Amino acid sequence: MKLNKYFERSLWVFHLNTGSCNGCDIEIVAGLTPRYDLERFGIKLVGSPKHADVLLVTGPVTSKMADRVKRVYAQTPDPKAVIVVGTCGISGGVFYNSYNLSGSIDKVIPVDVYVPGCPPRPEAIINGVLQAWIKLEKLRKTLKDNSPAK
Amino acid sequence: MSNKTYSIPIGPVHPSLKEPMTFHFEIYGERIEKVHLAPGDNHRGIEFMGRQRNPIQIIYLAERICGICSASHPFAFCQAVENAMGIEVPEKAQYIRAIIAELERIHSHILWAGVAAHELGFDSVLFLSWRAREEVLDLLEYLTGNRINYGIFMIGGVRRDITSEQITRIKKTLDYYKEIYGKLEDIFLNDPTIALRTKKVGILSKEEAIQLSAVGPTARASGLNKDVRQDQPYAAYADLEVQAITPEVYSGKVNGDVYDRIVVRLLEIVQSIQIIEQCLANLPEGEIVAEEKLVKLLNLIKKAQGEGIGRHEAPRGEVIHYVKLNQSELPEVWKARAPTYNNLMPWIPMLIGQQIADIPIVLASIDPCIACMDRVTILDRKSGQKNILTKDDLHKLSVEKTRRMAQ
Ligand code: SF4
Repeated sequence: MKLNKYFERSLWVFHLNTGSCNGCDIEIVAGLTPRYDLERFGIKLVGSPKHADVLLVTGPVTSKMADRVKRVYAQTPDPKAVIVVGTCGISGGVFYNSYNLSGSIDKVIPVDVYVPGCPPRPEAIINGVLQAWIKLEKLRKTLKDNSPAK
Repeated sequence: MSNKTYSIPIGPVHPSLKEPMTFHFEIYGERIEKVHLAPGDNHRGIEFMGRQRNPIQIIYLAERICGICSASHPFAFCQAVENAMGIEVPEKAQYIRAIIAELERIHSHILWAGVAAHELGFDSVLFLSWRAREEVLDLLEYLTGNRINYGIFMIGGVRRDITSEQITRIKKTLDYYKEIYGKLEDIFLNDPTIALRTKKVGILSKEEAIQLSAVGPTARASGLNKDVRQDQPYAAYADLEVQAITPEVYSGKVNGDVYDRIVVRLLEIVQSIQIIEQCLANLPEGEIVAEEKLVKLLNLIKKAQGEGIGRHEAPRGEVIHYVKLNQSELPEVWKARAPTYNNLMPWIPMLIGQQIADIPIVLASIDPCIACMDRVTILDRKSGQKNILTKDDLHKLSVEKTRRMAQ
């Protein structure tokens, strides 16, 4: 497969659960394992937001988690992209009338890509990550072009 | 607390339980002295939301209590409502329910085996087992329309039939699992490194299991002969004579360690295959749902009054749902108790006396799936020096220990 210009370097992803039902989380892991094999694109889950280019966020953001989500977002180095996986992170989904939610996720942190579905299929998640990647490479390019060193 | 112990908070991001949770470990050198659990980060107020929806809508909410057990909660919930309303479920639906529940057990146990292998540093085994798991997800998708959150349960029955041509497809998948089971068993039970890391680790004695009311494979691995499918058969299980599996079957004795928990789960995969085969062989003919028209069903619910209980042996243990209907569209009370709730306390005796590097595998051994243990801070109380351990570091410690022991 020929890679297009967006595939400049490997993409590292941090997965953050903000109170999801796990449905989306296991689909993310399924996306990494041999059937769907995200790793062939050089995409890897990492254990710390400080290493990540992309945040994969699932779940409707419970009140207790809202602050952690902001902190994880702040810890992720720029340029970064945020992908919301799953309907409950986009709109609250089945949890829309809970008393304990601070979400949806875009009320807490800025979001770049939405992957709807409850849960979305691994193919959709992979597509979401690739969309974020394209956005990220564009961001990187603008950063480079505008850097004072130039 | 002596001034030689360190305090390690872990979490709160530790999902895959209903609640991601915070742990505090008190460590003496490498040894765990005390464990504190603080759940609640993932609290979504599901029961509260349930009280504002009608029982048919709740089925879909119950599915999303946990995406991994997305057949178990609706199974127990539907039984509770049927119990309260006195609905008789058609026999064929009983069998289809059992088939879906057992397929879910296969997927959940293989998922767990992969996660356990990952915690020990065997990522190749994680990939191998998750590849194997895809087959049962394909089958579930074929039967129900969804890989996860199947949406097949309905009060009074199921929403989709299993036709005779589908049976051929089910049998094909079962044959696949029979074929690869030997491989899985060989990797997990005969590998010397896995044995080194899991034998005599995270022991839960039979007495402790009784006192802390552990459930599911966690209890059975400690020698407790309990399984709802055996003790209070429901749905199709009443015809099948399911036997609870304890590690004696395999090794002749019970140690109650992590290894025994692997044994029980692996044997349960075989048991599930057998149950599905029996169900298919005896699959009755007839209706699949007691009341097809939802409006009519809802009207019946509105008139119903009474309390009901539904129990089901989920992959992680017994799940109980309680419903109280009081002549209204909305249930007056809905209470769900998931198995991990019972299995939290047994963590404490399992973890005390273990090493830091054993934390991931012991935590994983009750099957809560530690996906995102956020980070660990080691605080040296004397010097006030702070070290941040990420989940990665903790994982690395565990992997290093495997390497050390393998040499
Ligand atoms: S979107 Fe649906 S499947 Fe995904 S975490 Fe939310 S409730 Fe679960």
